[in-house]
Amino acid sequence: MHVPDGFINAPVSVAAGAVAAAAVAVSLRGARRELDERTAPLAGLVAAFIFAVQMLNFPVAAGTSGHLLGGALAAILVGPYTGVLCVSVVLLMQGILFADGGLTALGVNVTVMGVVTVVVAYAIFRGLLGILPPTRRSVTVAAFVGALLSVPAAAAAFTAVYAVGGTTDVPIGKVITAMVGVHVLIGIGEAAITAATVGAVIAVRPDLVHGARGLTAPLKLRVDGALVDAPAAAGAPAAAGAGAGSTKKVWATGLVTALVLAGFVSFYASADPDGLEKVAADKGIDEKVEEHAAADSPLADYGVKDVDDARLSGGLAGVIGVGVTVVAGTGIFWAVRRRRTEDLTATATSVSAG
Amino acid sequence: MGAGHAHKLYRHGHSPVHGLPPHCKLAATLAFVVVVVSTPREAVWAFGLYAALLAAVAAVARIPAGFLLRRLLIEVPFVAFAVLMPFVAEGERVQVLGMSLSVSGLWGAWNVLAKGTLGVAASVLLASTTELRALLLGLQRLKLPPLLVQIASFMIRYGDVISDEMRRMSIARRSRGFEASGIRHWGVLAKTAGALFIRSYERGERVYLAMVSRGYAGSMPVIDEVAATRAQWAYASVLPVTALAVCLMGWTL
Amino acid sequence: MDPVTSTPSLEVAGLAYAYPDGHQALFGVDLTVGQGERVALLGPNGAGKTTLVLHLNGILTGGVGSVSVAGLPVEKRNLAEIRRRVGIVFQDPDDQLFMPTVREDVAFGPAAAGMRGAELEERVRTALDQVGMADFADRPPHHLSFGQRRRVAVATVLAMRPEILVLDEPSSNLDPASRRELADILRSLDVTVLMVTHDLPYALELCPRSVVLSEGAIAADGRTRELLCDDELMRAHRLELPFGFDPRTPLLTRPAH
Repeated sequence: MHVPDGFINAPVSVAAGAVAAAAVAVSLRGARRELDERTAPLAGLVAAFIFAVQMLNFPVAAGTSGHLLGGALAAILVGPYTGVLCVSVVLLMQGILFADGGLTALGVNVTVMGVVTVVVAYAIFRGLLGILPPTRRSVTVAAFVGALLSVPAAAAAFTAVYAVGGTTDVPIGKVITAMVGVHVLIGIGEAAITAATVGAVIAVRPDLVHGARGLTAPLKLRVDGALVDAPAAAGAPAAAGAGAGSTKKVWATGLVTALVLAGFVSFYASADPDGLEKVAADKGIDEKVEEHAAADSPLADYGVKDVDDARLSGGLAGVIGVGVTVVAGTGIFWAVRRRRTEDLTATATSVSAG
Repeated sequence: MGAGHAHKLYRHGHSPVHGLPPHCKLAATLAFVVVVVSTPREAVWAFGLYAALLAAVAAVARIPAGFLLRRLLIEVPFVAFAVLMPFVAEGERVQVLGMSLSVSGLWGAWNVLAKGTLGVAASVLLASTTELRALLLGLQRLKLPPLLVQIASFMIRYGDVISDEMRRMSIARRSRGFEASGIRHWGVLAKTAGALFIRSYERGERVYLAMVSRGYAGSMPVIDEVAATRAQWAYASVLPVTALAVCLMGWTL
Repeated sequence: MDPVTSTPSLEVAGLAYAYPDGHQALFGVDLTVGQGERVALLGPNGAGKTTLVLHLNGILTGGVGSVSVAGLPVEKRNLAEIRRRVGIVFQDPDDQLFMPTVREDVAFGPAAAGMRGAELEERVRTALDQVGMADFADRPPHHLSFGQRRRVAVATVLAMRPEILVLDEPSSNLDPASRRELADILRSLDVTVLMVTHDLPYALELCPRSVVLSEGAIAADGRTRELLCDDELMRAHRLELPFGFDPRTPLLTRPAH
């Protein structure tokens, strides 16, 4: 998905560059908070890890293979800030050293593959953890769903960028159908490997999985050679209450982020072309005249081209719909099965309603 | 231990291009690519001139054409995408060899191919005439946040170490008769990735200990300074300035 | 440095430590290493050797007991100076050599202490000369052989002019030639050495004195040859001599001490 030079026009590349720079700046501060003065060596090693893992090809079917994007994996293993940083550094180095991804398209690449995958994966991951029971299996399940949706989300974000700044008037409906369709398939591979990797790490070093820090096994006591649960300390119920409160806050943040993102994407994907169509209709420009004008004006490349609006919003609604259904469905399933507190069921129900 | 990517990317030499300070070369490359991207695609001759400019730089840097062309292969996936464009794009269509192709799609494909190829070629020239270490210093000099440069330099330093560990794990897998051939082997690959992550993270912690043991207290000491003279800047700017002239002609002609 | 020559380079007294997870690794370690001595720290896996080493420069703190280096107690306010005085060479040179080139790596320690310019260059050159790696200054560490990397790792620490050099398994993964070269280098240095190792012949070759750390405490302290000849002691602490090696046979290359 590394976008080369010339694929996206200059103004949009610059805008994406600004978005990427802002995201990296925020992540630098966030990572310093997460890792302290260990930021440089730890984030550097994780970046090296992602760089290596992207070379790990997984066979899909006879002859074809895919490779991990790693955004979701990084977000879940080391946290969103460090994740954005690591993926961005990998993309920067790939652009400068390997000419993989254009220098002017660096902003687009970082935004789409670094920021969008990490934010979407992490928001969904935390959201699911908020409503699933606090077990290791839930972490794996949440990692699967987060990674699964992060890839088509990146594809949708790419399509949005393309809709605004693409240099060829390929119908956006076709682009999004192809991009999202293909990337849902890639997402399944990404999700399976991400979830299994997170599972493998959690089995050996649960403390290293940033997204699973909330999980604490009850202390055990050795009584007559057998392990028994230690009696809960007096302050435990209060602590549990506080914990649930903070999880809910995180969950809410995740949901809001997801909605904002969805809104951002659909705004650019639908509202903007609408505006253009309206202008075209008002001025009575038919298709041929517009084409003729495009041939003459040097700025024609940089206009927003016609968009098959219905199909576009259909595709977007599909992605968002899948996301919400999975989140809410899994939430209700677990909530009912585990007979969790009324509080949580209410949250899950409100999701399915919304 | 495998030789680093450094060997494959960097081509040792003593040409004037090799000798330029890294930040001048970085800035020149970026400016050149920006100019190329901003050129109207109808000015076909302009892209020919850009290619000639890059060829001239390659000649001055004594980078053989074969080396450059081989490295251009990285672009292949997007070439495939570009080839599709004339078939799927809309608008006026022309008949070529019995196929109905979109005119704007053809322009689009040309646009991506020309600009993408020139961008890749410029980056390849940069990477093959500048050492990894120098590139990082150049980035720092161009005011990239120091922490980002540090992360990048740790990534470069340990990229090979981690890739080697991965290769060794893969050899160990194959020595025990395992060949990944389909979806049912994803679990094994994921376990490899998990183990690799743990090793990487733990190495990060050990590196941190080694740094602290030698007096690290949160910021990297400045050891190397790269500086550029006015003449070097002027020399480096020949490429983007010439390209800009070509670009302006492209807009006006 | 300290003008009083009688001040020991390293003094550890009553050191006990438990990790945050509750696992206790040290149970009262007492150890004194005089200036210029070369001492081997022997012990089976899990005896607490690494934990002890990480206490010497204050990376681990918070237990009971005291550590002082050339008379300076290892405390938070002294940490910068302590880390200059105690040079630890870690087991994996890839962990130790984290900078892009050999020269920058050797310069890291002195530069972190504020040294710049010609003085820094001089310091780096001297340290690389001491380990015979001056010709490799501008090479990236991962292009060196393992033995060369281990020598550069020693140089990174020597550049800080340490009071005491602490080596964690210095002979591990070395081929016989590199092993001998490293031994020659270590013998040529005029510095106190504490060498953590499983490699008993190497300990005998380089260190006149050895201490055995077992289950978090010092179990024996004496002349290396005598300790190695004490079969019962060796067996009790899972220290086994390699096949065909007899510490009673006099060495052809005798240590200088």
